Amino acid sequence: MKTINDFSITIGTINGSGSQSSNNILVRTLFHMGLPVSGKNLFPSNIAGLPTWFTIRISAEGHLSRKDENDIVIGMNADSLIKDQNSTKKSGVFIYNIDLKVPLFKQRDDILCIPIPFKQIVNEVSDSIKLKKLLTNMIYVGVISQLLGIDIDVLHKTIQKNFSDKPQVIDINVKAINAGWEYAEKNLDYKTFPYKVKFIENANDNKILIDGNTASAIGLLFGGCSFMSWYPITPSSSVAEMFHAYSNKYRKTTDGKNNFAIVQAEDELAAISMVIGAGWTGARAVTPTSGPGLSLMAEAAGLSYFAEVPAVIWDVQRVGPSTGLPTRTMQGDLLAAYHLSHGDTKHIVLLPANPNECYEFGKTSLDLAERLQTLVVVLSDLDLGMNYWISDRFQKSQEALDRGKVYREDDLIDHPEFARYQDVDGDGIPYRTLPGTYHPKAAYFTRGTGHDERALYSEDNENFRKLMNRLAKKHETAKKYVPQPIVQGQGAIGLIAYGSSHPAVEDLQNILLKEGNATSYMRIRALPLVEEIKHFITKNDITYVIEQNRDAQLMRVLLAEWPELHAKVKSITQYDGLPLAANYLYGQFKELNS
Amino acid sequence: MSIEQKNDFAKSDYMGAKSTLCTGCGHDTVTTNIINAYFQSGVNPYSVAKLSGIGCSSKTPTYFLNLSHGFNSLHGRMAPMAVGVGCANKNLNIIGISGDGDSASIGLGGFIHTVRRNLPMVYIIENNGVYGLTKGQFSATADQEAVLKSGEINPYSSVDLCALSLEAGCGFVARSFSGDAKQLVPLIDAAIRYKGTAVIDVISPCVTFNNHDGSTKSYNYVKEHKHALQELGFIQPQEEIIVDYEEGEVIEVRLHDDSILTLKKLDANYDFRDLNQAHQILKQNQKAHEIVTGLIYLNDNKQNLHESLSLNEKALRDLTDEDLCPSQEVLDKITDEFS
Repeated sequence: MKTINDFSITIGTINGSGSQSSNNILVRTLFHMGLPVSGKNLFPSNIAGLPTWFTIRISAEGHLSRKDENDIVIGMNADSLIKDQNSTKKSGVFIYNIDLKVPLFKQRDDILCIPIPFKQIVNEVSDSIKLKKLLTNMIYVGVISQLLGIDIDVLHKTIQKNFSDKPQVIDINVKAINAGWEYAEKNLDYKTFPYKVKFIENANDNKILIDGNTASAIGLLFGGCSFMSWYPITPSSSVAEMFHAYSNKYRKTTDGKNNFAIVQAEDELAAISMVIGAGWTGARAVTPTSGPGLSLMAEAAGLSYFAEVPAVIWDVQRVGPSTGLPTRTMQGDLLAAYHLSHGDTKHIVLLPANPNECYEFGKTSLDLAERLQTLVVVLSDLDLGMNYWISDRFQKSQEALDRGKVYREDDLIDHPEFARYQDVDGDGIPYRTLPGTYHPKAAYFTRGTGHDERALYSEDNENFRKLMNRLAKKHETAKKYVPQPIVQGQGAIGLIAYGSSHPAVEDLQNILLKEGNATSYMRIRALPLVEEIKHFITKNDITYVIEQNRDAQLMRVLLAEWPELHAKVKSITQYDGLPLAANYLYGQFKELNS
Repeated sequence: MSIEQKNDFAKSDYMGAKSTLCTGCGHDTVTTNIINAYFQSGVNPYSVAKLSGIGCSSKTPTYFLNLSHGFNSLHGRMAPMAVGVGCANKNLNIIGISGDGDSASIGLGGFIHTVRRNLPMVYIIENNGVYGLTKGQFSATADQEAVLKSGEINPYSSVDLCALSLEAGCGFVARSFSGDAKQLVPLIDAAIRYKGTAVIDVISPCVTFNNHDGSTKSYNYVKEHKHALQELGFIQPQEEIIVDYEEGEVIEVRLHDDSILTLKKLDANYDFRDLNQAHQILKQNQKAHEIVTGLIYLNDNKQNLHESLSLNEKALRDLTDEDLCPSQEVLDKITDEFS
């Protein structure tokens, strides 16, 4: 019996060996055949030499979270060869490089083992020692493609598209892939190979396969980000790099001038300070970072909150605390982000779950920062940011950019009694003017110290309490502006999750449904929490709050907001640095119900 | 950055709130000189953004240019804030006020990198920690081997912000004394016109550490009589120290604590366009325990940050949706790469 369009492939290679292009071509070829597919890099914090894995999941039903069982494993690294064979599921397939010298290696007899003489094959493709190393990776793509029944035309087209900016390397890569294909055709048994792929016609025609960081960069471009400062840090650097690349292409004047500024800062203290300076002046400003950078930005986060200056931090989360596992994924920054800084602070937090939301929240985060005159933290993560996800194509927003409550020169003629921190509209959001406003009433003095409605220094106790209460009111107002939660399915059991947990939770929902356990799943997309979440939990018999951190950080926020819900929620957490897998969630669910 | 010669503003338009610093503080003298320089230069106050960090010096932007927006930000972060401000609206005239703590200690990174980037701004350091002016503590700008009256010796080498500015490629490096209006006002005026980061390190005496031996408020006295620590809060009002001396002249200034500061004004023969000479004179003066004052280095052919970033003439803050958001066609073109 063959398994069609429903399996996982994991490829074990050496970091820095150039397997990225090969894996990209393989996953995109599957995508071009209309298959629901995801591709995840599990890589070390290292430039070259350590083991790294790429895992592809294909699921006709669209379950694209990481599968913790490996159906097919390709072993290309001597250092991880034994481990890789062991990770192959029973009756799965292990394809490996026969040239690797691993004395203790012995083929398992409960799986299909396929040794491939890569050296011999690559010798016929090229004489260049340097190229041979890279081309070996293309050969495994050829071998596995033949065995799976991938369409060779689609494969060739994908290679061409992948190397469209370097056409001179197309031929040699095609040659290598063909060599692998031909070797498999001649020497291996296509018919008995247990996994196959079949076209799903037109299924991905309107889809894209993209990483969240690139989607974020596109979102910030179309969301009107005009100033970005950043300090390089994994896994967020590509947000800035892609934003820079797209801005250079699409944000230029006709005479070649830039309608954007990007500054690589000396550290994250400076990066967030630059954003606050730019936001204060009226630009739409963002700084991408990750956990350690977020920690460094804490003092300035309080300034943004207290002095009411628009700012956006785009945090692509990795495993903390401290340097943690810098190339692994986690949702560990939720509490830190929500209350970042000393004193009473509460920020707006956005929780994108897919590339489409990374794109959309580019505009949303900047709109909210300017509308609410405060800090907005977007919490993406390494799994979402750096791995390949299927997404709908992006649509340009029909809504104009929200520039918030700003008085320009003309407005001040009508509002000559401008006071910077006066709650004119009763929603807690005051009006501001920008430096460089040519009007005698425009100027005010921004400060992180206590201030009155006219922005004058004040240590008056009554005044300070009033100010803090208005800021709390503004946080309430934010509830109507932030992305609202989305509910899927109906049932007495509730599931709550956010961010990159989404595919695994959808998978779990499906597994449970097949068992007769109907669930209602609410995906939270922002803090502050809205009342609808409370109603959701109240109406369910029990609600499981699923998160990728040890301390159930979202559940803590929920229970701090509504302590009366204490008996209505249970926590399921995962915090080992790997993308969330549905089987793991199912196991935890069963344990809590046993 | 643009200088508009609009003289329909009165001098009072360049003034600010009443100072809350100690009477006689050098910083207030600097403030007066800033007011005079901006008034004389005819800069439109609406076009100015005043920035500062945290500390005594950083309070001063409230005391001048009341018609300008101001931002008293975070300790050590004035410089990166200014980078954001300058990028967001390149037409603003930025003045940043900082102290030796703000720029030489907690914000040293921001200082040096802002100078490297050459952001157009007037960067004034009101330096009251140098050469024993705040004998309560050593600041990062104190001389190595300087001796406190307690006998404590500073074992660390000093940070010279002018020398550092030169190292970082600064094209406008000056040092002056707070009470020297004749020198400081023209320096600030020149800094306003300079199209890059113009650093002026202003030695500005502090009256808080009223430290002569006979004083009951002296550091030594308070140290020996710890119960009297509260007394540190008592500040004897002092006269502002004003100096007036000629180019090439060396004068000794008696400070509030009776210590002596030696100022040496650069003479007409000094070529401020000679970088080697600039380095040399700072080294020589450090050895001689003299403070050289004047325009130490000028190079007006340096690329500034606006140029490095190829910024559009239209300020970023003024860009419209049309300027900022490409079309759906562009979006489709971008996403096609991922289809």
